Amino acid sequence: MTPASRRLADRVVEVAIESLIRLCGISAIIFVFGILYFVFREGAGFLFAGLDVREFFTSPEWYPTSQSRVRYGVLALIAGTGAVTALAMLLAVPFGIGAAVFVSEFCSPRWKEGLKITIELLAAIPSVVWGFIGLTVMNPLIMVVFGVPIGLNVLNGGLILALMSVPIIVSIGEDALKAVPDSYREAALALGVTRWQLVYRVLLPAARNGLLAAVLLGVGRAVGETMAVLMATGHAVTMPTSVMDSVRTLTATIAAELGEAPVGSDHYQVLFIIGILLFTITFVVNLAADLIVRGRRRA
Amino acid sequence: MASSNRPDSRLLWRTPAAVAAVVGACLGVACGGSSAPASKEPARTVIQNTGSDTMVNVAQAWAEEYATVNPGVSVEVSGGGSGTGIAALDHGTVDIANASRHIEPKEIETARRNTGKTPVEHIAGYDALAVYVHASNPMTAITLEQLGQVYGEGGTVVRWSQLGVTMPGGADEIIRISRQSNSGTYAYFREAVLGKGRDFKLGSLDMHGSKDVVELVSKTPGAVGYSGMGYAAPGVKPLAIAAKAGEPAYGPTVENTQNRTYPIARPLLMYTLGPDEGAVKAYLDWVMSPAGQAIVKASGYVPLTGAQSVR
Repeated sequence: MTPASRRLADRVVEVAIESLIRLCGISAIIFVFGILYFVFREGAGFLFAGLDVREFFTSPEWYPTSQSRVRYGVLALIAGTGAVTALAMLLAVPFGIGAAVFVSEFCSPRWKEGLKITIELLAAIPSVVWGFIGLTVMNPLIMVVFGVPIGLNVLNGGLILALMSVPIIVSIGEDALKAVPDSYREAALALGVTRWQLVYRVLLPAARNGLLAAVLLGVGRAVGETMAVLMATGHAVTMPTSVMDSVRTLTATIAAELGEAPVGSDHYQVLFIIGILLFTITFVVNLAADLIVRGRRRA
Repeated sequence: MASSNRPDSRLLWRTPAAVAAVVGACLGVACGGSSAPASKEPARTVIQNTGSDTMVNVAQAWAEEYATVNPGVSVEVSGGGSGTGIAALDHGTVDIANASRHIEPKEIETARRNTGKTPVEHIAGYDALAVYVHASNPMTAITLEQLGQVYGEGGTVVRWSQLGVTMPGGADEIIRISRQSNSGTYAYFREAVLGKGRDFKLGSLDMHGSKDVVELVSKTPGAVGYSGMGYAAPGVKPLAIAAKAGEPAYGPTVENTQNRTYPIARPLLMYTLGPDEGAVKAYLDWVMSPAGQAIVKASGYVPLTGAQSVR
């Protein structure tokens, strides 16, 4: 092989590998738009012709297979998703941020490694296992502790979702706290503050954006979760008035009904429209998280 | 580097030839292996059978038993729901569709358009839909009217005390357990109990399978749920049902279903395309025979009686 031809061969390999890596890089974008296109295509026909959009958003009556009058109102499903997510965040945010502060600031290095591995293990538990815990452990527990007739409700789903979102909040929150320059800590300690004052007055304000992003990603996780809430919330179309009410979420409705809805029917298309709605919600939440993180970087 | 590369590159050169030899040998073996027995044995016939989740257990039991009766025919069973099975039949992708509801005129039309053949209905047994309550519930019988008040849209009954029942634990609220809205069982219960055109009251816990309903009832003292009689389990008890107030109530038993005194029973249906012939006809004949009907009974359903199988 002459040096010239070897150089040519090297160049060809170089270009091939480079374009392969580029393809890997942009494939995420292709997939996101591909999925978006597919979901829209399946739902668009009925979204623009036939669906009563007012009823869709304002009626709690979900009767997709009624023989007398089909009604596609998702208000109760939105309320179900909202209630479960809100409760989950109410529980997960204090625990998640607290754990992040502990791991980042108070923990000895040996403990820190063990804790981080355990928290990551919590994130690795499949959602169907969480659902199973909700169904077989939490359901009887809630019935006994609160004396309610059934334990498959907002509280059950919220607890499960809180346990699922805590690992995300902890690991991203800890990163945010770690990103606060050590000079801040040193300056504060030099002024004679206690460790509590350091956390409360210096670190939390400095890491505010990162922590908010952690919380929003937790929200995104909670809104999009399907299997666990399907099993733990009772799957009942109701406008919840207390945490002891059974509810149904948007995701669980798609999971339970898409399999048997005839392809192309109104019911099938409405389920895809719910998919578009979910996509929009999680997109807005993730975008907000992203913008906030950017804000932090610029600051 | 260069000196250590030499043996490697020589190996590389040799490899394609070796690979070609191995592949060639494999191909030769594979061809010999597959062609020789095929010419000796008669081709194995496969019957595709899909549909109703209610029937999937009994259909599986039929298929397994039939494999010993007629080893030349293999019946492949899958579930997915009555609607899924009929849709597959409409597209000609299955030989037999199981259904726990009757085929709709629209679906017959689709089948004619796609395949040029008309679906034929066969009754393979009956399923009595039982209304289950928790074993500790003192109630023993209920009327269809009361069930409609509990489950139906606009129904006013939400507490056990409204039905004259005092619950032992004091939990008075009725926890209604139902099915997902496109299940055949849901549709049958709606038509037979709530009445034509009437919808379910919202707020029931909608489970995704017959077994899930019974399981949840067994764990929830205040619950009521409906499922096939074959799903009875420890911890639940089926209620006797009266067609009208003042009339006697009948429990979901084989006898009460066959003599039509139990009011909510439905046929287990099998649909095929066009006039049946060959392996499919032989299989259906066997399903209707005493041997096939014994499996219906063993699976917890109600076998045909002599008179009904003619219809």
